[in-house]
Amino acid sequence: MHSNRYTFLYAIVLSVVTAVLLAFASEGFRPLQEANIALDKKTNIIRSVHQTTTVRAEIEQIYKNSITEMVVDSKGNVLEGKNANAIVLKEEVAKPADQRVLPLYIYTAADAKKYYIVPMHGVGLWGPIWGYLSLADDFDTVFGAYFDHKGETPGLGAEISEKTFQDQFSGKKIMQEGKFVSVYVTKITEKIPYGPEHRVDGISGGTITSKGVDAMLKNCVEPYMPYFATLAQKKQ
Amino acid sequence: MSAETTTVPQEAKKESLFSKKNRRVLRDPLDDNNPITVQVLGICSALAVTVQVKPALIMAVGVTLVTAFSSLIISWIRDSIPGRIRMIVQLVVVALLVTLVDQILKAYMFDVSKKLSVFVGLIITNCIVMGRLEAFAMAQKPWPAFLDGIGNGVGYGIILVVVAVIRELFGSGSLLGYKLVPQWAYDMGYVNNGMMMLPPMALFLIGIYIWIQRARNPKLYNVS
Repeated sequence: MHSNRYTFLYAIVLSVVTAVLLAFASEGFRPLQEANIALDKKTNIIRSVHQTTTVRAEIEQIYKNSITEMVVDSKGNVLEGKNANAIVLKEEVAKPADQRVLPLYIYTAADAKKYYIVPMHGVGLWGPIWGYLSLADDFDTVFGAYFDHKGETPGLGAEISEKTFQDQFSGKKIMQEGKFVSVYVTKITEKIPYGPEHRVDGISGGTITSKGVDAMLKNCVEPYMPYFATLAQKKQ
Repeated sequence: MSAETTTVPQEAKKESLFSKKNRRVLRDPLDDNNPITVQVLGICSALAVTVQVKPALIMAVGVTLVTAFSSLIISWIRDSIPGRIRMIVQLVVVALLVTLVDQILKAYMFDVSKKLSVFVGLIITNCIVMGRLEAFAMAQKPWPAFLDGIGNGVGYGIILVVVAVIRELFGSGSLLGYKLVPQWAYDMGYVNNGMMMLPPMALFLIGIYIWIQRARNPKLYNVS
């Protein structure tokens, strides 16, 4: 049997060796991982406007050529000099709407139509959820949506990252008589005070995640409406 | 450990790399001693990852590599591990390996790592890994331990792929992402089996596999 002293020594050496190995791996792979995360974000943004390519070069090209980044605030002003990608959405959505810094991505399609992509961040059942909602230039009709999550249950809450869930949003409306009412994510049998263009079906067995998406849509999209109003005025 | 007995000095017989014994170590977990259907280890991930074939394959490869290399490492150091912290040391080695695999996936196969992000952590707690370390690697030489890890990983993989093929085919109408059920079938009224997407279906399929396996394999007739 090994002595106590040996046991202690062994444990200490093992801990140190493990820590050093993991630190090296983490630092060594970091640049590659960060590049992947940046690419992933771009992929998701363009996926919300139905660009579904998975080829790295194509994603980079579409993003470079058709996406404009900008930052606005909830009063409708454009904030110059701010980097949309440097904004930590998780912190922004926790603030009251009038204190938020709002990143916005504008996609210019091949036919010169513009689509406005709103990034969102919220809370699911087991962890954060996030997504991008793209609006047509009437700032009312949803063109597409993309959602993702960190640790929702596969087959249940995790369905929000499936195409079938996301496709429901295309064509839905977020405004009613000039007011923002959002798109409800709820059970088919539940009554809401608005028509079918303001609702999509929630996920069976994924109630809390569905409610999280519902709340995220309401919380994250509304502050952009003043800025969209200024754009709409300019068009007239 | 070697008892120096009688007058005739015995030559230590070196076991060939793929001797009969080693081949048996490799072959048993594929059917006779399958980790999922006979040893009943690693069921949780077999339910979770088998909704589609691609993650099932990745998971199988991951578990195979982790079990093989952690068995190899633990077997190498088995004489030096203090008895009191035996299981902790095993856990540290396994966790180290899995974390490294996770980092590598994030760097080189990001979309795969996203799908598996929850599961990669679950490989650490996969009973097959710890089960084989305790039952085999702690008492065997490194090479047989490595082979045992490979064998159990592949046996696990076979079950995973079989279940995943059935679940993806009937639950999504596709295999490896390629749609197999033609559109005219859907138009005629064929509907994807939604229950195949839920975990309990995997349990039923594994149960049916066990049933067929026990009926066909004479060695398993009276195994409880």
